[in-house]
Amino acid sequence: MSVVVPSLLKITFLLTIILGLVPVLIWVERKGSAFIQDRTGPNRASIAGIRLAGLVHPIADVLKLMFKEDFRPEGSHKFLYALAPFLVFFIALLTYAVIPFGDFIEIAGVQYNLIVADLDIGILYVLAIASLGTYGVVMGGWASNNKYAFLGALRSTSQMISYEISMGLAIMGIMMIFSSLRLSEIAAGQGDLIWGFLPKWGVVVQPIGAILFIVAVFAETNRNPFDLPEGESELVSGYHLEYSSLKFALFFMAEYCNMVIGAALITTLFFGGWNIPWLSRDVIVSNVGIVMPIQLGLQFLLATIIALLFFMRAKREKNKFGDNRDREPVFMGVIATLSAAGVVVALGATPWTLGPNAASIYATLLQVGAFVCKVVFFCWVFIWVRWTLPRFRYDQLMSLGWKVMLPLGLANLVVTAIWLALV
Amino acid sequence: MSRDSKLHRWHHRMNFGESLYLGEIFRGMGITMGHLLRNLFWTKDMPTVQYPEEHRDYSDRFRGRHRLMQREDGTEKCVACMMCSTACPSDCIHITAGEHEDPSIEKYPETFEIDLLRCVYCGFCEEACPVDAIRMDTGIYEIAGTSREQFYVNKEFLLNNNQQGTL
Repeated sequence: MSVVVPSLLKITFLLTIILGLVPVLIWVERKGSAFIQDRTGPNRASIAGIRLAGLVHPIADVLKLMFKEDFRPEGSHKFLYALAPFLVFFIALLTYAVIPFGDFIEIAGVQYNLIVADLDIGILYVLAIASLGTYGVVMGGWASNNKYAFLGALRSTSQMISYEISMGLAIMGIMMIFSSLRLSEIAAGQGDLIWGFLPKWGVVVQPIGAILFIVAVFAETNRNPFDLPEGESELVSGYHLEYSSLKFALFFMAEYCNMVIGAALITTLFFGGWNIPWLSRDVIVSNVGIVMPIQLGLQFLLATIIALLFFMRAKREKNKFGDNRDREPVFMGVIATLSAAGVVVALGATPWTLGPNAASIYATLLQVGAFVCKVVFFCWVFIWVRWTLPRFRYDQLMSLGWKVMLPLGLANLVVTAIWLALV
Repeated sequence: MSRDSKLHRWHHRMNFGESLYLGEIFRGMGITMGHLLRNLFWTKDMPTVQYPEEHRDYSDRFRGRHRLMQREDGTEKCVACMMCSTACPSDCIHITAGEHEDPSIEKYPETFEIDLLRCVYCGFCEEACPVDAIRMDTGIYEIAGTSREQFYVNKEFLLNNNQQGTL
């Protein structure tokens, strides 16, 4: 009982974060790509005139996909065809079990680690699950009885096998420096400072490893410039070509879940996990009277400015459309005002009135917030890179993986080992 | 010469810094981020036209859907000389001529039909017309319908089909 309930709460929190991020990421992908290409992007779907700059479109997407025919091509393998999307989605969510999204939280004298399963072999688990993801893709591609889907699945397999090696080598350097396979220890180890001012993040102590790992994660998640498994110019759309309806939605969501998890792995291994640079837990707890008003004050300022901008826009564009859409700026302004008011309420209910542990809990919340911010930033990097770089040619992909990244990873490993032996 | 050298630059060998790709990738990401920020903060400068609400400004010489001109008494100016339908390269103007009651006018079109699906909007008809009876200055380009018949427009439609008045 004492294990089950906190675990369930942690799983619920993680699932809320991941599944909640998916529609937001789809929106960011569409709007970001539009702005990068000098377009306006989606802005038509609305609920009673409220369009939220296109954020309503994912809802329209889901509604549309729900009412589509659940098609199965002739000659496809009935069971595997149905199983593949579920497998891909399931495996995409599994990795999160070992990712620490915070240090610990102390409630009623009991410490709960903010990680679902604090495995000794966390990194090996990550690698194992990551390679399992290929099975769903291959299954989907093969069971569809379609040559394009099959080719996409083949490409995905060879790509994942090639890049998993450099991914493992990149992680190996981190593993040696923090001398642990446990992700929570690696995350905690990154809170130290080198020479008193430089945060000991993975990217600082292992810059080459960080680059190799980020590139390998891009390849593992099948995102551009490594999206050959679904290269639409050659393979129509790759392994999910024959899928329709909610099965396609599952593949689509799995892609974004993989993205969130890739971002979380990059954050945990190379960008300090839940650590806030120069603001360790002790510093926050002892200076909570300074840190908390500053943080809440900045949030209040931001919300107020946004609310003011929206109200100014509402006044300026009073009858721009002549229909429900004119209500939109007022609606957004009211939401921003409410969040500003919420910050004021939080500021009023100062932490030391809540109990002796309040400062510690506040520090934990701040760290979880920092982790989520970093993950969101790396998700944005995924999208940003996708709309910047062209796709690799297949032989370029293979030669990059085997002839550049593998030797570089090995060299990095040797240099790290020598450096660790000498120091 | 300059054009040749410009073309040649596409095939130049990469130097060491470029062959590492990383610097070039960050440069590319800088460019895309520049576009994004510019469009985020100066949304009004984006070239997109929000179409059903906004329209592009076309030149006054833009050839839109045809209209038939009227005399001051409201009858059609057309004298059914068949010049326009002869000049028409896509053969989309169909006229049946009839005898006019007024002997000074001689002929008038009993029917005057244009198949808008065949029309290529070349403007030869308005150039060919000797009495300035057909014009393409309405500026109407949103021509939509659900059946072929709706694009087969007759004389009454063309006579009342304009934005700037009938004359």
